[in-house]
Amino acid sequence: MFLKLETRETGSDVGLSTLACFLLGVVITTLSAALIIAVIVSDKAAPELASLAMQNLNTSGVENPVTAVLLNFRSYDTLLEIAVLLIVAVAVLPDQCFAGKTSLPAKRFLSRNVKHQVNPVLAGLLKWLVPLALLVGGYLLWIGAYAPGGAFQAGAVIAGAGVALSLAGQHDFTWQTTSVRITLSLGLLVFIVVAAINNLITGTTLQYPVSYAGLFILIIEVAATISIAAILLLLFVCLKAIAEPAREGDTQ
Amino acid sequence: MTQDLLYSITGIVLFGIGLFGVIAAAHIIRKLIALNTMGIGVFMVLLAAARHGVVTDPVPHAMVLTGIVVAVAGTALCLWLALQLQLLDSPVPEEPP
Amino acid sequence: MWAEIVIDVVLAGGVITLAALSLVVRQVFTAIVLYISLGLMVTIIWTRLNAWDVAIAEAAIGAGLTGALLLVAWRRLHEKEDVNDVSEAGNSGNRV
Repeated sequence: MFLKLETRETGSDVGLSTLACFLLGVVITTLSAALIIAVIVSDKAAPELASLAMQNLNTSGVENPVTAVLLNFRSYDTLLEIAVLLIVAVAVLPDQCFAGKTSLPAKRFLSRNVKHQVNPVLAGLLKWLVPLALLVGGYLLWIGAYAPGGAFQAGAVIAGAGVALSLAGQHDFTWQTTSVRITLSLGLLVFIVVAAINNLITGTTLQYPVSYAGLFILIIEVAATISIAAILLLLFVCLKAIAEPAREGDTQ
Repeated sequence: MTQDLLYSITGIVLFGIGLFGVIAAAHIIRKLIALNTMGIGVFMVLLAAARHGVVTDPVPHAMVLTGIVVAVAGTALCLWLALQLQLLDSPVPEEPP
Repeated sequence: MWAEIVIDVVLAGGVITLAALSLVVRQVFTAIVLYISLGLMVTIIWTRLNAWDVAIAEAAIGAGLTGALLLVAWRRLHEKEDVNDVSEAGNSGNRV
């Protein structure tokens, strides 16, 4: 069943026979029923972690408990997550990055493609929407220390602005330049540098001193926002580039 | 309490539907949709478990936030691999030399 | 109190219906649109569960970016499928 991946649409989208489907349904229904019974009969976990997090909130440097957990108490998770994102980005990077094509002129990250005509209504909308999305992203980043919001949300909103630009087709993104690659890895680099500095100051990795915690978290969050936005945008643009080789060709 | 239980059960049902879809569906995009549905089910169980009356546990929230971002990265990688596979399989060479 | 319970039950039933529908509808495009709707509905559930951080992330990533990625990839797979069908219909007759 996992051997053959179907990529074309068939009439009925089932890769199994009716009998196998039925057996699978029975097994999964039993499993779900067992899990539901387990949830009903078992008590909830004691809220130890919640009270622990709340007690230590004033030493974390931020006021939003989720941000405190993400970037202070459990910052290993976030460090590794940014590393995972970077690995995916490296996997998806366009081939030209490794082929050593030096004939291409060094373009800027965002270049305007005047040949492509867009609907004036769409162009007018984007003129407002993209700065607004950047503003919202910056606001989410800043508010993350006090209220719901933070690096991931801000990065996603900024990447959304880039996706809108890319879909309109009037702008091209270039991933070949060194500065873009530095931008992609900025979050991980800054995170590691801050951890190393912290190690020099306190002797412990990723356990910030109370007086510097707010500053460290802010630095990491700004860098992480930039990288997350760039990586999410890279994922979309690369998928779109595979999806439209013809159009990518005529914009060169 | 009833609200948490309701959403826990909903999460498990979503997980079951997603699991069925991952195994039974043939189309790669439908498999990925089912995989993401499974993820949503897990997140829902976690977030329902995070509520203790008045206090809300921030640790599962942080875990789910991490999970959402990693899930989208994994989905993008899967789609990219599927498209590359299809390029290799395609009988008509479309790529310019 | 009753209104809240009704809202919760409708939301829970809604996400289960959307998830099941996205598996059984015939067209993949419909399934993708249903998945995006599922993401938006789940966002409302996260706010019901007081998970505001997660709700913002889900609205931006789960519903927005994942949907865009799936749609872009779907278009490519779909276009290729048409091309393949045409070329192979000319070469070797029908193909299931």
